[in-house]
Order: sequence, then structure tokens, then C-alpha cells
Amino acid sequence: MTELITKSRLEKVLKNGHQAVTSECGPPRSSDPAHIIEKGNLIKDYVDSVNITDNQTSVTRLCSLAACIHLKQQGIDPVLQMVVRDRNRIALQSDILGAASFGIHNILCLSGDHQSFGDNPQAQNVFDLDSMQLVQTVRHMRDEGKFLSGDEIKVPPDMFVGAAANPFGDPFKIRVPRLAKKVACGAEFIQTQCIYNVDKFEKWMEGVRDRGLDEQVYILAGITPMRSVGMARYLSKNVPGMDVPEELIERLKGVEKNKQSEEGITIAVETIQRLKEVKGVAGFHIMAIEWEEKVPEMVERSGLYPRPAVD
Amino acid sequence: MIVGEQKPFEEIWEMVKDHKQLTVFGCNTCVAVCHQGGNKEAGILASQLRMRATQDGVDIEIVDSGIERQCEHEFFTSTEDLLVKSEAVLSLACGIGVQFMAEKYKKTPIYPALNTTFLGDVIESGHYTEKCQACGDCVLGVTGGVCPVSRCCKRLFNGPCGGSSDGKCEISKDLDCAWQLVVDRLEALGKIDDYEKVQPLKDWSKDRAGGPRSFKLEDF
Ligand code: SF4
Repeated sequence: MTELITKSRLEKVLKNGHQAVTSECGPPRSSDPAHIIEKGNLIKDYVDSVNITDNQTSVTRLCSLAACIHLKQQGIDPVLQMVVRDRNRIALQSDILGAASFGIHNILCLSGDHQSFGDNPQAQNVFDLDSMQLVQTVRHMRDEGKFLSGDEIKVPPDMFVGAAANPFGDPFKIRVPRLAKKVACGAEFIQTQCIYNVDKFEKWMEGVRDRGLDEQVYILAGITPMRSVGMARYLSKNVPGMDVPEELIERLKGVEKNKQSEEGITIAVETIQRLKEVKGVAGFHIMAIEWEEKVPEMVERSGLYPRPAVD
Repeated sequence: MIVGEQKPFEEIWEMVKDHKQLTVFGCNTCVAVCHQGGNKEAGILASQLRMRATQDGVDIEIVDSGIERQCEHEFFTSTEDLLVKSEAVLSLACGIGVQFMAEKYKKTPIYPALNTTFLGDVIESGHYTEKCQACGDCVLGVTGGVCPVSRCCKRLFNGPCGGSSDGKCEISKDLDCAWQLVVDRLEALGKIDDYEKVQPLKDWSKDRAGGPRSFKLEDF
């Protein structure tokens, strides 16, 4: 096993050579944490770590950090998602220390959707750093024990550092170089965009392997089950950077309306099974957007249950 | 150049309607190029205001005039008398011209007729696009001559976000993704490998964030 650097469970699972399973929960649009705690507990035994989204699609919600603390108190290993849209480098460094002080040992560094998608399109955006520079910042704080200013951090944040990758974004030709850049910045794990076009993903992975990047970073393949043909059409038409092949839409269309969600789960399970065999895929990140109750079934059917005991 | 757009007529009228005399004053350089604030537009706006005044029975004397540039003292010589005597001025300059006049004519109200919108170019007749945000520390040398500060909606320095799709930005199908343009340019220049050079954290103290900027030539 490669040497462990942090107390992250995700890191332990990966470095023990297991294919990891992570999932994600969106915090409520309310100050009541009950819902997120319930969602966390629903999937707790079926995944290694749980991401908490940070005001996803720019819609204001309970903050990612607080939701991570709630999950941590349930014995879950949270992954703090942090976007650079809403915070400058002072706030980012401060939140990183705050999260580490609560024993949150994973961070996923993101740029964040543009605020025009959310409930406050009139908001100012920050983008003081970009997501790669945030990766560098966390690594700098952790490994050098220093703030960006160079001042010493007495107890540096103990965090396993992740980033996102979208193999389906354009321009395709720089999607592997872009991953290389994230690795060069210090990303230790990657969670990808939802994969529907498996052929294209495999082509991207080929490029990743050609450059030996799979040996330098743990790549978790992103999976989101379709609930209906309507959802598939919506994602394909309205979500930039999402690649939903026509065959998948046809396949869902081919089954009765009340069986479509079941078919969606089956497709997701098949995708996981196929990708399990792809060299360089270190695990799966299941984003079951407001459908967390289906995560256990997907994990079981994909042969990823039980989760390894590493603690 | 500086690009501006005329404010809605109602908003302009509300600002000026209580004066007895008003000088509508054009600025014949940048904002004339985009047909919003030149001396010709000042003439047209003055006529519209006169018509409105007649319609509403408001007693206000409206004169129109203009100069080449409202941001430099030397251009004001020819209109000095008019401006000194004006009760109020509606300036069609960018925000710089409006402030320059407000400082010059300390007791005269100067109203803006334009919204100053951006620093841009004329990509075709009648079509202006933003190209610079005066961030104070130009990076065009490493981005193939495409500005990520003004043209990427997230001002990313190290490549496209996940939303870049078919050359367009995630926020609108009518907007080119700046990073697609950077990548295309680097490729055309035979420098695509430069894409992998990680760009350092930007020093925003040279931008608006550092407070109002100025510079002075010592030997002048
Ligand atoms: S799509 Fe392109 S221009 Fe739009 S925010 Fe992303 S990188 Fe910037």
C-alpha cells in the first residue's frame, strides 16, 4: 500500500487497492439539517465517503461545511465540495481550516456553476482563484504548513485533495491535458462528470493511461441513474457539457413509463460493471440527485457491496 | 475603446425634467463610435427631450453641444462659456467624462445619459463586444491573445470549465467560450503544449480590488 498522508477514509480505501464508492447529497434550502442527516444515514453503509455539494447550480442552500459536520457526527467520511465562485482566497483558506478543525478530511475543488443558473443571477461572482489554483492552495497549506501569504500554519489542514474532470466538455483535445494539469497542481483523486457516453469515456481513459495519469491520481467514474426519458432528454439538451447518446434515450423510450426509472438503474449498474474492468478506473462516484434511497441497490447490484472495513 | 449605451429615455427625463435650462453635451470619440454618445446623438437626444417637454408642458430650455473628449481639459476651451452658464448638463460621455466635468464645474449638476458598459471593439458595423477589463496585469501573452478575464464568465486562468460545449459558453449558446478560443489560437500558433503551463494565482491588487488606480509620468 502507498503511504497514507491523511486520515481520510476515502484515501485508505483507495490506497488499500479497493475500488472506492462515493456518493453525494445536496443540503436543504432550510436551516433544518434533518433531511441531510437522514440521506446520509440511508447510504452510509454502502459508500466510503459522501460529498456535500456547495450551493450546486448556484441555488442558495445550507452551507456545505455545516452539512459535512452533520454527516461527520453520524460517523460518515464527508467530502467537502468547495467552489471558487463565492469565496476569495481569504475565505477559502479560512473555510479549509474550519473544515479540518471538525475532522473533515476530503475536499473537492471546483469552479462552480455560473450564478446565472441559480436563484440570484444578480449576484457578484468572485473567481479570485480557479479550481486548479484551489487544489494548489490546499496542497500548499497541507504539505508546506503555510498560508498563501507564506505565514506558518501551526496545525496544517489534514485533507485528501480532489478535483473534478469532465471528459465530455469541449474542446475534447485538451481534456486529457487538463487532467494532467490538475494532477500537476496536486489533485489526488478525481470525480468525473456523469458518464452516459461510455465509449467516449473509454477513449478519454485511453488518453489518460497513455500519459500514465491513472498511476498518479485515483479516478472515480461519475454515475447518475436516469429516472425517466424526460430526464435524459433534459440533460442532453439543457445541461452544457453533458453527453447523453441517442441510443440511451431510445432505450428508455422503449420501456413503459412506470418502468423507466427501473431501467435507468439497470443502465447505471451496467455502466458500473463495464467500467469496473477499465484499467485506471479506481472507483465510482454515484450522484443520485435526490434519489439517495436507490444508492444501496445500485451498489449491491454492481457487486460493490459490502464496503471494505478500513478503519 | 469605451463602449456605452444610452439609458432608457424615461430614466433620463426623470433626472433632468426639473431644471429650467439644460445643456445636452456629446463626447465625440469612443462613445461616438458606438453611436450612443457623440455630438450627433446629443443633438437627437436634445430634440427628443424638447418634444417631451412640450408634450408635458414643462418649461425647460434645452441646448445641445459637444466636444471631442470630455476627459481632458484642453478640449473644453470652445465650450467654456456655454458650460459655465449652464444650469445643468446631461453628458453623453462615459462615466469618466461625467466625473471629469463634475470636478471641473463644481456647482453644476452633471447627469449621465449613458450606462458605461465595457471596453470593447467593433467586430462588425453596429456590433460591439467586450475584450478587456483593465485588470492591470495583462496575461494575453500566455493565452494566445484571448483575454480570460473579460471573456470567460468565470475568469478562469487554467483552461475551460466543464460547461464548455461546441465552442460555446455554459451560460449562453450565443457566447463563445473564451477557452475554446484560447485553445484554437494556441494550436494555430503551434503552441498547444503551452496550455499545460499552470498559471499562477493572479495579483488582483492591480485590479479594481486594489482601489482606484493611477499613474504619473515624473518628467511631465
Ligand atoms: S464555458 Fe468557457 S467561457 Fe464559459 S465559463 Fe466555462 S471556460 Fe469560461
